[in-house]
Amino acid sequence: MYDIIIVGAGPAGMTAAIYARRAAKTVLVLEAVTFGGQILNTPDIENYPVEAHISGFEFSNKVYEQAKGLGAEFVFEKAVEIVDEGGIKTVVTPKNRYQAKAVILATGSENRKLGLEGEDRLVGRGVSYCATCDGNFYRNKTVAVVGGGNTALEDALYLSDLAQKVYLIHRRDSFRGDDTNAARLKEKANVEIIYNANVTGLIAEKRLKAIEVTDKLDGSTRQIELNGLFIAVGRVPENQNFASLVQLDDAGYAASGEDCHTRTPGLFVAGDNRAKALRQLVTATADGAMAATEAVKYVNEAH
Amino acid sequence: MSVIEVTKANFESEVLKNDIPVLADFNAGWCGPCQAMKPMLDELAAGNPGYKIVSIDIDEEDELADEYDVTSIPCLVVFKGGEEVNRNVGLIPRDAIAALVEG
Repeated sequence: MYDIIIVGAGPAGMTAAIYARRAAKTVLVLEAVTFGGQILNTPDIENYPVEAHISGFEFSNKVYEQAKGLGAEFVFEKAVEIVDEGGIKTVVTPKNRYQAKAVILATGSENRKLGLEGEDRLVGRGVSYCATCDGNFYRNKTVAVVGGGNTALEDALYLSDLAQKVYLIHRRDSFRGDDTNAARLKEKANVEIIYNANVTGLIAEKRLKAIEVTDKLDGSTRQIELNGLFIAVGRVPENQNFASLVQLDDAGYAASGEDCHTRTPGLFVAGDNRAKALRQLVTATADGAMAATEAVKYVNEAH
Repeated sequence: MSVIEVTKANFESEVLKNDIPVLADFNAGWCGPCQAMKPMLDELAAGNPGYKIVSIDIDEEDELADEYDVTSIPCLVVFKGGEEVNRNVGLIPRDAIAALVEG
């Protein structure tokens, strides 16, 4: 039995491990893939205090070494269920069952899909969810970005410097993203913005060749030939497996305050899967610190 | 055994003309998830599995990436007898990498 099990080895989970170990609690971190999380996709972090530039990979390695060095255990198995028996919580993976007095959910989020036929098969064959990861494959090619938030605007701007032509397809008639980015995009000669439209079909042979775009106002459809489609329609928090123990908001985020408590005593939430106004590296690590501090307090008081 | 660097020059001899399956890792130095996957591939290769693991830097070998329709990395492609038999795009855990080749 551990004092604290942390589910997820992204920045929030690994920071929680550091804080919990410094409070001399035994800590197990369970992670489905490998340590790092979404920040691995960021080639250059420029807004985290201390280092002017650091890659997400290097950042993850440093935090991992720090947490390991303090004595946190890491096991790479996916937590699929938590059984709450009051004082003791059991975290279930496909291979094992682990017990702890307190659990911190730092599961993060995953890309929201459009849900189109062929979408999964075409990932890596023309369909992408990460412009900074895959933009280089589309030098002097034609691409489209679908979405209307800041990520979509930033993706379109980034791609406009690489691709020959960038379509930006947005389901509304204006952008909710950053005004500066929207204004910069409108000045780009190789960017064409298509408002009030949805991507409704993927046309492909081995690779994606074209998309079907439907006008929301008159229902008309047209095909746009292209080489790549970048999907930036938001993210989905990974809370589904734990919904019986955690109050979720309409978007599926854990409806917890800054204290990172959930409705289940001894169960805490930290990072991108928590409802909050700003999802950044620095707010994820802040959550990790807060959740661990509250978990330590819970363990000390309840046991 | 360790992971072998492969270029267009030795792709045929190292990957296509092989009696054992080959797991080809298309990657790049700037790709964080690729770097995160490397230690797992090194570990698998060190265990002398019944297959070979090769690494292809897509910045250097853009023709190979194009030929095999790789437009997103990390991309793992499994070859048997010179033919692609399996593929995965994106970061996956070590056991899932092994399962791609071992089935």
